[in-house]
Order: sequence, then structure tokens, then C-alpha cells
Amino acid sequence: MKTIYAKSKGLQDTELHYCPGCSHGIVHKLVAETLEEMDAVGTTIGVCPVGCSVFAGNYFACDMIEASHGRAPAVATAVKRTHPDVPVFTYQGDGDLASIGAAEIVHAAMRGEKFTTIFINNAIYGMTGGQMAPTTLIGQRATTAQSGRTQQQAGMPMRVSEMLSTLDGLVYAERVCVVDIPHLMKAKKAIKKAFQRQMNGDGFTFVEVLCACPTNWGMDIHESNKWLMDNMAAYYPLGVIKDAEVK
Amino acid sequence: MKREIWKGSEAIAEAAIRAGCRGFFGYPITPQNEIPEYMSHKMAEAGGVFVQAESEVSAINMVYGAAGAGVRCMTSSSSPGVSLKQEGISYMAGAKLPAVIVNVMRGGPGLGSIQPSQADYYQATRGGGNGDYRTPVLAPANLQEAVDLVQEAFDIADQYRTPVMILADGLIGQMMEPIVWHDIPKRDLPPKTWAANGRGDRDHNNFINSLLIDAPACERHNQELLETYHYIEEHEVRWEELMTEDAEIVITAYGTPARIAITAAENLRKKGIKAGVFRPITLWPFPFKRLKEIASQDSVKVLLDVEMSTGQMLDDVNLAVAERKPVKFYGRYGGVIPTVSEIEAAAEAACGEVK
Repeated sequence: MKTIYAKSKGLQDTELHYCPGCSHGIVHKLVAETLEEMDAVGTTIGVCPVGCSVFAGNYFACDMIEASHGRAPAVATAVKRTHPDVPVFTYQGDGDLASIGAAEIVHAAMRGEKFTTIFINNAIYGMTGGQMAPTTLIGQRATTAQSGRTQQQAGMPMRVSEMLSTLDGLVYAERVCVVDIPHLMKAKKAIKKAFQRQMNGDGFTFVEVLCACPTNWGMDIHESNKWLMDNMAAYYPLGVIKDAEVK
Repeated sequence: MKREIWKGSEAIAEAAIRAGCRGFFGYPITPQNEIPEYMSHKMAEAGGVFVQAESEVSAINMVYGAAGAGVRCMTSSSSPGVSLKQEGISYMAGAKLPAVIVNVMRGGPGLGSIQPSQADYYQATRGGGNGDYRTPVLAPANLQEAVDLVQEAFDIADQYRTPVMILADGLIGQMMEPIVWHDIPKRDLPPKTWAANGRGDRDHNNFINSLLIDAPACERHNQELLETYHYIEEHEVRWEELMTEDAEIVITAYGTPARIAITAAENLRKKGIKAGVFRPITLWPFPFKRLKEIASQDSVKVLLDVEMSTGQMLDDVNLAVAERKPVKFYGRYGGVIPTVSEIEAAAEAACGEVK
């Protein structure tokens, strides 16, 4: 019988712990498929964060290192520099990357480290139960901003892709989402391009994925996807942020 | 063999390269900048990786990454910077990652001073980060010992899959002394089959991790670490003793103060006071058993602990002596170095009190 669809060999055959409607599973799949298509499951070294994807080493089939909170880009810097010929990626959420790990991601981008970061932006702290993140939108409610985030109290949300794109070491940044198949296909393409440019030795590559967190947003998946497109995509525009030629 | 004059920090860096260290990750801080400066060019010549990180926090996590991917690696810093590395050291202990951390201690707390100190003994020997862990701590008293211990530290780290700390005071880092580069016996080390360096044909992926969210599993993990620590306590304890056989006063000291104490003890003997010196080389594991034996000798009337701190190793000396004999203390701190005559005077006073 002809196989129409199969689980990617870039993933282990195990059950994911993510909540219903969470985007992590889809993004895991896109990364895993990319590694499989590059024939790189056996060579890739991934670095996972602290947050909901802390267990990603139990899901990805490649070798993985679990970093301390926010430090994945530092860990990946050393992994890639000591293993320059293999794909290296970090997989980080917005609390991990944009808050506690802001210094590490900025300096990895500045140095032009030749690894890929998959940045999961769901505008909230998922694993700890829905606290405000640097990416939480104005008016969005969080357990530490119960009437909604205000600019006066917490400033404006951080557009990480745009901020990092000011650094010459970053050669490619694209913001995508996975709310439907067309967007998912674009996301896959972006992830693949990021890994390819990494392996070309061009520099640091970055894919920001706007993701749904129905559990902590207090919405069902359909409401979540609609809210994401209406609100997140309005503040965090989808598309290529930077695609620089190598000088 | 040929004797060469080296500066402490550079000798430590060279020793690491000779030991096969191929990753150095650091951040500038006085008084150890010669280590990253030396590494910045010599590591590349050796075919290794040097990165000046954006912070000590990042540097130790680079060490975590390189170690996790199976590479011999290290970082160095001084007291305030080593405080920032404690999170990473705890994670490395939890994930069982081998690496070497050099602390060239300066005065504290906070920014303190940039002069030599031993005020980080508690932090180094008690596990400065969170969780139940221990870190082997090696304390050289001269440059020859420093280069020998640095080379062996990498083997100790690999054998037990643990971070190892070289605890040197600022004098070790800054002074120049003759050393001989002799061959350090290499340990028979197991292959790093656990490293996340590419799955290849393995039937499973390697996952470097310190999270065990199931409490019984975390308890078992701690039990395994504890068994390793007990083994290290049995097999890796080191110390030096001089003139202790007939000593009436035993001076306990490590690092540079131990060298000063040896001169003081020799002078005391000339004055008719039978002084000896007990110098721990491993601070963890501390040589409790041997110090207890010495304290139990009939000849010994009193002990004098000398440190460049307000009395931190003193706790371990007291645990070993366990009130068998009086333990006195003489410390200079905040970056001040005790003199020979000060230690002599403290020893004479200690002897006078117990007569």
C-alpha cells in the first residue's frame, strides 16, 4: 500500500505532553521533517529551553541538550563552534528567549553564530501558568497582569525578529504561524531555508512562529487561531523580516 | 627537565591546552584576565575554540554546551564572576557534565577588592548553586602544583562526569615561578557514549538534561550522584603534611597561606616551638580522616588555622578535630595577605594559651 502520510523520522515515536490546540506539536513536526529531508537526523544537535518545550529532547529523534532558562543560544554557540559541520538549532519560547535569555540571543545574533533559532511566540508564559511575557500584547490578560498588560506598567511588547534583524550577524529572519495549512506550508519553507542558510555558513538564522496557547489564553482552538491572526499578527507582522546577502 | 619561568594565569591556561582542553569560554574580570588572553590565541593554534562571552552566565553555559557535546572544555573567572557561574555549575552537576572551572579568588563580598583572597571556600566546597551536589575542589599552593592539578582536573572531571574547580588565590594567578612541564599520568577514561554529538547509528538519541520532573526519579538521580560523591571522598582526598610527626602546634592552611605558614613553622622550630603544617590539596573532599589522626597525636597540643578569609575552612578543621584539641584561628581578609611574622606570633600566642 502506498504511504500517504507518516510520522517524521525526525521525531521519536512517543506521545507529546502538549495541551490540545497548542502549536508546539506542529512546529516540532515541521522541524523534524526538515531534518529528515536534509538527511540530518543522525548529525543534528538541538538545544531545548525551559518552558513547555523543556521535554523536547524526549520528542526530537536527534541528539538534544536541555539548557538552563534562556541560555540555549550560549549552549548552541559552543555546540556549533565545536561541531561546525553539523546542523545545530535552539528551540525557545518567548519567556525563555525574549526575557531571561535576551542577552544570550542578542549576542549570538551579533556574533553571527551559525545555528538556527526556532522562536515560539505565544505571548505568554505557558508552563508556569499564564504569566505576562515580554511579548504579551497590550490589553492581553495574564496571571501577572490580570486587567491586561498596560504600556505604563510593562512597556510595549517586544518585536524580537525586528530587534535582532538590526544586527549584521543575523542573515535571515522570518515570522510565520501555523493556524492553517497555507500558513503551515510557509512556516515549513521558512524553517527549511533557515537550516539551509545555516549549513551554507551564511550566519545566524531565526524563525519566529506565532503560536496559540489555548489553555492559558482561555480560548478554544478556533478562537485562539482567530485571536492570533486578529491581534498577534497585527502587532507582529508575518513575513520575511530580513534576508540578507552574504557580503 | 627544563625549568621555565611562567606567570600563574598563563601557566594554568597552557596546562589546560596540554591536557587536551579544546574549548575555552570566558568573560573579563581581574585578576585572571591573562587566562582568556592567552587562550584567545593559543586555543586556536591548538585547534580548539575560544569565545569571549557576553557574560559569565553565558560563558558557563557555553561550557555546558561544549561539555554536553563531548568536548574537553573550561572557563575561568574570579570571585564575583564565579558567583554568576553557579547556576551553570549546578546544571552541569545535575546533567553530569565534565568541565574545569578556575576561580582565581579576590576579596569580597560583592565587588570587594581585586587582591588575593580565599573567601570563596564555602561557595566552592558547599556547592554554590542550588541542589544536593558537590564539586571536587583542587587548591594549588604553587605554580608547579597548579599546572599539574589543572591537567589532572580534566581527567577527574571525565572519570566522574562532574565539574571540577581549581580554587586558586590571586597570588597563584599573578606570581611568576619556575615550573617543569612533565608528563602527568593519564587516567583510563571511559568513552563519552552519553554525549550529544550526533546520534549517528545509535538506537536512541542522547539527551543532556538535569530535569527529572518525577520526584522518585529525581531522588534516584540524587542517590546516584551521592554514590559518586562517596566514591570520590574515598579515592580522591589529597593533602600535604610537613613536620607533623612530633608537632606540638599544627598549622592548617591551603593555597598561598600554606606556603607562608611553612616558612613560619620553620622559624618557630628554630625558636624551639615544634610546629608542623597540614595543607589540604583537595578542599572537597576534605582530608577529614588524616587531620583527625593528627589531632589525636599526643604531641599535638593545639591547632592554628590560617586563611585569607574570616574563617571558612575553619569549619572543616573543627569538624575533623571535633574538640580533641583547641583550634585557634588567624585570618587576613579582603585582599590582605598574612605575613610570616604574623603567623609566627599567632602560633606563639596559641601555644602560650594552652601551656
